[in-house]
Amino acid sequence: MLTKRIIACLDVKDGVVVKGTRFAGHQVVGEILELAQRYRDQGVDELIFYDITASPDGRRVSKKWVENVARVIDVPFCVAGGIRSVGDAKEILHSGADKISINSPALENPGLISELAAVFGNQCVVVGVDSKRQNDDFAVYRNTGSESKIQESGRRTLEWIAEAERLGAGEIVLNCMNQDGTGSGYDVEQLAQARAQLTIPLIASGGARKVDHFERVFRDAGVDGALAAGAFHRGELTIPDLKVELRKRGLEVRL
Amino acid sequence: MIAIVDSGGANLSSVLFAFERLGIPAQLSSDPDTIASSAKVLLPGVGAAAAAMDTLKRNELSACLRQLKQPVLGICLGMQLLYDRSEEGDALCLGIIPGVVARLNASPGRSIPHMGWNRVTPRRDCALLDGEEFFYFVHSYAAPMGAAVCAVAEHGVEIPAVVQRENWFGAQFHPERSAAAGQRFLKRFVEL
Repeated sequence: MLTKRIIACLDVKDGVVVKGTRFAGHQVVGEILELAQRYRDQGVDELIFYDITASPDGRRVSKKWVENVARVIDVPFCVAGGIRSVGDAKEILHSGADKISINSPALENPGLISELAAVFGNQCVVVGVDSKRQNDDFAVYRNTGSESKIQESGRRTLEWIAEAERLGAGEIVLNCMNQDGTGSGYDVEQLAQARAQLTIPLIASGGARKVDHFERVFRDAGVDGALAAGAFHRGELTIPDLKVELRKRGLEVRL
Repeated sequence: MIAIVDSGGANLSSVLFAFERLGIPAQLSSDPDTIASSAKVLLPGVGAAAAAMDTLKRNELSACLRQLKQPVLGICLGMQLLYDRSEEGDALCLGIIPGVVARLNASPGRSIPHMGWNRVTPRRDCALLDGEEFFYFVHSYAAPMGAAVCAVAEHGVEIPAVVQRENWFGAQFHPERSAAAGQRFLKRFVEL
């Protein structure tokens, strides 16, 4: 049986790992390779690197650190940040990343999802979605890495993820912005609705701090993986403790 | 020396780095003579079956691969290419292991691609495995459950995880991305 994936997210800004609260006020938390190696040794199932400055500035993550990570790390990892073309994606994937994730560029040019899937296969193409509650609905935001450039995309979250799947996305990472950095738990209701729209894997993001949060999102939203950043970086939750406890509670995890 | 067949896929550097970490010499090659004279051959693959077969044929590698007598390990798509045919792009493959690779269908609670760490359970003795372990999978097509199957993973249905026919081995998962379990798997292949 497929295990529930525990994913550590490393937001990269200017070559170091940072973490903010509600997408603002970023603080440096450590070096890329050092953190990646530590999480690998602790048994993380996957790593996601978000170059959060890349997309709004119209530039892309530099290739060198991707290759350095690929040399050292023997668990799968995904790279996100300003990937706007097949050429951009090729450079990252050929450097040794397993997947690339696109967010704002997919909103501006949805056809990019199909292009990437046709060349690399849909298993390499992750679509990241930053979603905010609006009344009884959920809205997609873009350029969320920059306080000055963040804006509504005009798309509804549940429609957009279904479209992304149709276009060839192999996985969706749904970041619930209201929860991000709060430690109050995942948006289980939104994630359950998202899960019902998709046949591809769905990864929960935003709000994790406790074992209960992971248990709930796996059981009640049925997500395939759950991502956390601050809770792991600050040591509020360690990956081995989390996994042992989830296993005790009857969830299939890799130990 | 281990030859890693350049099948045009995107995970070639991951496979090279895995051998680098193990301290085992390996080189990427699309030259039939180099591949034929290597002690072991690795056939990686990410992408679509039809495109990978086109690359192999263009480099005159399909005939070369069929004639190899040394241990060969196909990884993910590389394992699927060992079969007769794949439904993915209706591709004629190498025809080393009988059967057709077919699409996996999604159902509630069963996302496709089959992506993530799954428990691999041996079904018979296999030189590459030592009991049950977790490996990392990413695929939407799967080989048939036939005589070549050595170990399985469960994702709604049983999926061949490790296969073997004579000197040809296949892993549906990615040992190069499967942490310590993957390292042990690759080491056993090297030591065959």
